[in-house]
This record gives sequence, C-alpha cells and structure tokens, in this order.
Amino acid sequence: MCVNLSELKLGDQAVITKILDPIMSLKLMEMGCLPGEPVKIQRFAPFGGPVAIEILGYVLSLRLDEASVIVVEPICFN
Amino acid sequence: MKVALVGNPNSGKTSLFNALTGLNQKVGNFPGVTVEKKIGKIIVDNHPIELIDLPGTYSLYPKSYDEEITFQVLCDPNSSDRPDAIIVVADATNLKRNLLFITQIIDLGLPVILALNMIDLVAKQRIEIDIETLSSLLGIVVCPTNARNKGGLGELEKQLLKIKPSKNPAFYLPVGLPLATLSLFDNQNTISEYQKYVLILNYEKLENISLKTEIKESLADTDLVKIQGIETVNRFQKIAGIMRKCFKKEHNQNTNSTTKAIDAILTHSFWGYLIFLGIMFLVFQSIFSWATFPMEMIEMIFNETGKIVASVLPKGMFADLLVNGILAGLGGVIVFLPQILLLTGFISLLEETGYMSRVSFLTDKLMRKIGLNGKSIVPLLSGYACAVPAILSARTIGSWKERIITILITPLMSCSARLPVYTLLIALFIKDDKVIGIFSLQGLILMAFYLLGFVMAIMMAFIVKPFIKEQSKSYFILEMPIYRAPRWKNIFITLIEKGKNFVFETGKIIIAISIILWFLSSYGPSDNFAKIDKKYTSKEYVLMPEKDKANNIAKEKLEKSYAGILGKTIEPAIRPLGFDWKIGISLITSFAAREVFVGTMATIYSLGPDDFDLTKLKEKMSTDINPATGRLVFTTATALSLMVFYAFAMQCMSTLAVTRRETGNWKWPFIQFSYMTILAYLGSLATYQILNAI
Repeated sequence: MCVNLSELKLGDQAVITKILDPIMSLKLMEMGCLPGEPVKIQRFAPFGGPVAIEILGYVLSLRLDEASVIVVEPICFN
Repeated sequence: MKVALVGNPNSGKTSLFNALTGLNQKVGNFPGVTVEKKIGKIIVDNHPIELIDLPGTYSLYPKSYDEEITFQVLCDPNSSDRPDAIIVVADATNLKRNLLFITQIIDLGLPVILALNMIDLVAKQRIEIDIETLSSLLGIVVCPTNARNKGGLGELEKQLLKIKPSKNPAFYLPVGLPLATLSLFDNQNTISEYQKYVLILNYEKLENISLKTEIKESLADTDLVKIQGIETVNRFQKIAGIMRKCFKKEHNQNTNSTTKAIDAILTHSFWGYLIFLGIMFLVFQSIFSWATFPMEMIEMIFNETGKIVASVLPKGMFADLLVNGILAGLGGVIVFLPQILLLTGFISLLEETGYMSRVSFLTDKLMRKIGLNGKSIVPLLSGYACAVPAILSARTIGSWKERIITILITPLMSCSARLPVYTLLIALFIKDDKVIGIFSLQGLILMAFYLLGFVMAIMMAFIVKPFIKEQSKSYFILEMPIYRAPRWKNIFITLIEKGKNFVFETGKIIIAISIILWFLSSYGPSDNFAKIDKKYTSKEYVLMPEKDKANNIAKEKLEKSYAGILGKTIEPAIRPLGFDWKIGISLITSFAAREVFVGTMATIYSLGPDDFDLTKLKEKMSTDINPATGRLVFTTATALSLMVFYAFAMQCMSTLAVTRRETGNWKWPFIQFSYMTILAYLGSLATYQILNAI
C-alpha cells in the first residue's frame, strides 16, 4: 500500500518508493530522499507548516506539498 | 598555492576555516558579484597557502545564488579564483549524504583532501568509521578533524603539501550527452571529463554567453533533468557500497535525543513562538542595559581626546574642523559600537547553535502567505544588525520572487544605524522609568520601534507580492542541524569583522560628511557672515555679555550659512512633519547613511571639546527654541515623528548599491528607494499631525 509522505502521521515510519515530480526529485535526492531509504516523521510545524523527517540519520524539513510528491510504503504506524 | 574549502552546509566548514587561519583572514568580493569571499593565509613548512572559504552546497548543481559561486569557482575554466587544490569538509556523522558532494568533487580531477570533521561526535553516537578503507575507496587522503578543539589540523596541514588528485577512476560519468556538445570543450581548459559534464548540465549558469548559446543549440532536446537524476541515483548506489565497507552504526541508537527533546519545546505550536518572542525581547532589553557602561567609556575617551587636541593645536580653522567637525561627528557614532556588537553577537549566536533553522521551520507557513519563505527569516533578523549582509544572505533563497521580495523589505527592519537615532531621541523624551518594576520604559519604546519596522516590512511584502512575477517554483527544503554549543571563536571573528567594518567603512563616510558639513555650516554666500559680525560690533550690542554675543553670532551665522540655506529650502516640505531647517540639514546628510544624524546634530549644535558628550547634546537639543514659533524645536511629537521617518526612510547608499548588484538592475533599488521615502513621509506626517491634535 503506497501513500504520499505528506499523509503520514507523527512518528510513522516508511520507505521511499519513488518521487513523482522530476525537478523536485533532483533537490530531494541530493538531500538523501532516495527510493529505498527509510524515513520517519519527526515533527509537524504548526498551522500546516513544513514537516520534519528523519532520513539518513539527520533531520530534513520540507513543505507538505513537497512531501506530497514523495511516494512511500509505510512500515510502521505509530 | 590556492586551496578552496568546500563542503555541505553545517559540516563545520567555517569553523575549520577559522581554526586554520584564526584572525589572519580578510574579506573581499568575487569579481562581478558582491558575494563575500573569505581568504585566509597560512604557512606550512615555509610554504604559503591561500585558503578560500566557498559557500556551502549539497552538490555541484547549484540551486541558489550562493551555491552558484561555488560551482563557478570550482568548474568554470575561466574563473580567476580557480583553486589549485580542494579541501572538502564533511560531517562525519552524516557521511552518506556528504559523500554525494565528495565524490563529485573527486571526479572534478583537482587534488583533494577529505577533512572528516566533527569526529568527536562519531564515538558519542556509537558510529565506527574505517578511515583507511574509506581513504582507499575514495583514492584520496582522509584526515579526521575536530575544528572545535583543533584536533587533526596539524596532520591536515601537513597532508596539504602532498595533496594529489584521486588515484581511482571517476566514480560516475553521466551518459546521454550528445558528442557534439562535449566536443565544444575540446579547446577549453577543462581537466576532467566530469568537469565538462557538470559545465554542460549547468550551462544556463555559465557567464560565457557565446559558449552558452553554442551548448544550447548542440543539446537539441536532450533531457538534462533526467541525466542529472540518473547521476544522483547512480552515485548513491556506489556510496551505499562504500558505506557498507567502512561505516558501522549501532541500530536503534537514538542519535540525537537531546536535539529531539529541545525541538519538542522550541518548535512547539505554542511555546515555540512564545520562546522566540521572548528571546527577541531579551536581546533588545540587553542592548539597552548592557551597553551603558562601555558607551560611557567611549564617550569619556572622545571627550578627553578632544580636550587634548584642542589644547595642543593653535586656535583656528584647522583645529575647529578637527575638533568640532571630525571628532564630534565620529565620537557621536563610535559610541554606538557596543550596541551594534551586542546585536550582531546575538544574531550570530542564534545561527551558531542551529536555532535559526527552527525559526525558519516555524515561520515558513506564515512567510509564504506574504510571498516570502521560511528562509527569509534569516535576512530579516540579520537586517536588525545591518541590511547589507542581510540582503547578501537572501542568496540562499532559491526562488527569485521570494528572494526579491525579501531584498525589497529587508531595509525596513530597524538596522543598527537607526539605533543611534532612536537612542538619542528616546533618551530625550522618554523618562527612564521602570515598567512592572523590571523592564525599562526606554527599552520597551525601542522594542516598539523595532516591531514597527517588522510589521511594516510584512505589510509591504503583502502589497508587492501580486506585482512580482514568479520565475521558478518556490520550495523549502532545509536541513535542521543538531543543536550544538556555540563556537565562541566563530562569533568572536564575526564581531571583529563587523566591528572593523562599522568603524572604518562608516568612519570614512562620517569623516567625509563631517568635513563637507563643517564647510557648509562655517561659510555662507556673499557677505552674510560679515554683516552679522558688523551688526554685533554696533553700539546696541556693546552692553551684551561676551558669551551671549558669541552664541547669538554662532546661531545667526548657521542660519545664513550654506547648510542653513539648504535646510531652509526644504523646510516648507518638512514643516508638516514637525521638522525645522536644522533637522532638515540632518535629513539631507543622513541620506548617505542614517547614523550621520547624531554626528550632524553634534556639529550643528557645535559641541566643542569641552562639552562633547550625549548629555550635553541632549541638553542643547531639548532647550532649543524655534524663533518663528517661540516654542521648543524638539517636542515629543517631533521626536516620535522623526523616529518614524528614520524607521521607514531609505537612507543608506550601501544598501541601494548592494540591491543593485544583487538584482543586477537599477529598477529594484529605485523601487526600494521610492516606496520607502513615500512611506517615511506619510508615516511621519501622520504621527506628527495626530500627536499634535490630541
């Protein structure tokens, strides 16, 4: 079952399967968001602001609409 | 030998640069752009080495203006700053992501050393790195370093003398570029295949226009985005192999539990914002209270110097110029150095600890509503210190639209040059009372003015947002580094740099303006001055005491001088704002730089060496009477109106110049100047008229 990264809840863990937007994928992949990498939702900024995710052992923040181009396979729901 | 220092942001690159060079560094500009170029000189075994600190970047494919600099210096064969070798700095705890850029740098073909920084954190996070294997897999020397305690720097310096390109073949060469395009580089000074690929994939950012067009034509409909995407994926596949062989990390080890715990509070939907406001509040309170003592010291030093100079030099024009013109003007401004250093120190402290990226995280959503980006918070807050570096720091914002709006509104943030004006006027008209027993009322009013600038900046962003075209999609992808104790040395070096810049750069302008102003106020057209002198030698004034006579002569002469005439000319335009011609002179001179206001006031009220200090200036200003109305020149309404004027007006040539260079067009500084002047006039008019009506 695949969902967008932006649909996950706090504490959820997932594995990236693909990135939909090719231009955005260049930026995201350089930051380590590659297919096959596990991610964990660490924190949401208030009022629908960015989301902070754990990837490659560091914390990356991105907007929800950027997170929505990342398709993930959830492995652990909080 | 020229060595470039490169690396991912937050890899401790600047700390390493500071640890290697100490205070032996200078700041220049890259040719054609205003981006600061930090150069440091070190000597290793009698070999002089020049280190260049390049902006941090995650790859050789720039996504913002500052990253373009790194790309151009490293890849453009025509760059005059092209290094002979590269030190690539990496955060050892974040090795995998860092390796993308490291392998790209290695493939460029220049001699490279890897400084594996923050090695102290590796043991703490229970990570094991096999440095020998890493070194052989990369084909370059790997030096573990800890910039904080200078660990490993001696070895790094020693290795610099033997620096070589990687022995191994390139990690990855992009496929799918037309041969016709590649052959365009046959006669260029490229040193590796990969360098050609990077140049082609980034061809839009090349400065050589004819080469740019040639590449564009030869590329036809090659899908560059796809080629670059495949490169990243392939590199990370190779990197995964490297990581397996030399990187071990205990699983389920909570790597940054402290950072998580702090973040739970600092990015909390309620406490996060409250703490941010609290921090800003403390900063402004401390600027007022902590700076008092050093300010009194500086005042005393200038006072004593003035006295000594006046007693040594023979009385005359030169002594008058030196003491009343230059020393009075300079002293009036240097006195604010402590406050400026405090503000700069606080802002770099917030950046150093990693807190600033959390503020970006918290504010991105709000910022987007007004056409800005969470990253705009850094230029906006730095704008409290000085708009010039603040506008430069907007380079990290990837979207042109968000960047241009940030640049346009940053000068509305009350910079440290306004501080002298605010301080003087607040001290004049606001009683030094305590609110709720602890907060100084003066501090609160000052904070209100800082808030006013901020609110106006937000409003202006909202207004200009629909008028600026979007050129590229806005995005916010930001690393949140772990919290670390600030590196005091980095802050110290920033303070030295900013302090030097303030004293020397501003000092130059102030001396020049002081001289011009002194001339304009000491001389007048035709025989104006002679008439005044003659008038007071006539019989009616014989009985007048000498001191009063001298004062009256000085006052009338100022009014009839060139400066007086200039001030009188604009007086009708500024009278509705509550300003007289003397303030008019200050407004004119402040158009070069705001902080000149205090110096101008000191010169106009001609404070000699015996009485130059802020107390005397305040006394003279607060008792000055407008002969036309018979009322005080400075009322509370005038003072507040003047403060509003300074809060909004664009009175800084350096900011206009930097806006011109950063935007590449005179249109933007023109817009900036116009809207701010209109805002200042209307704001000031409203303040004065409303305050006078009630």
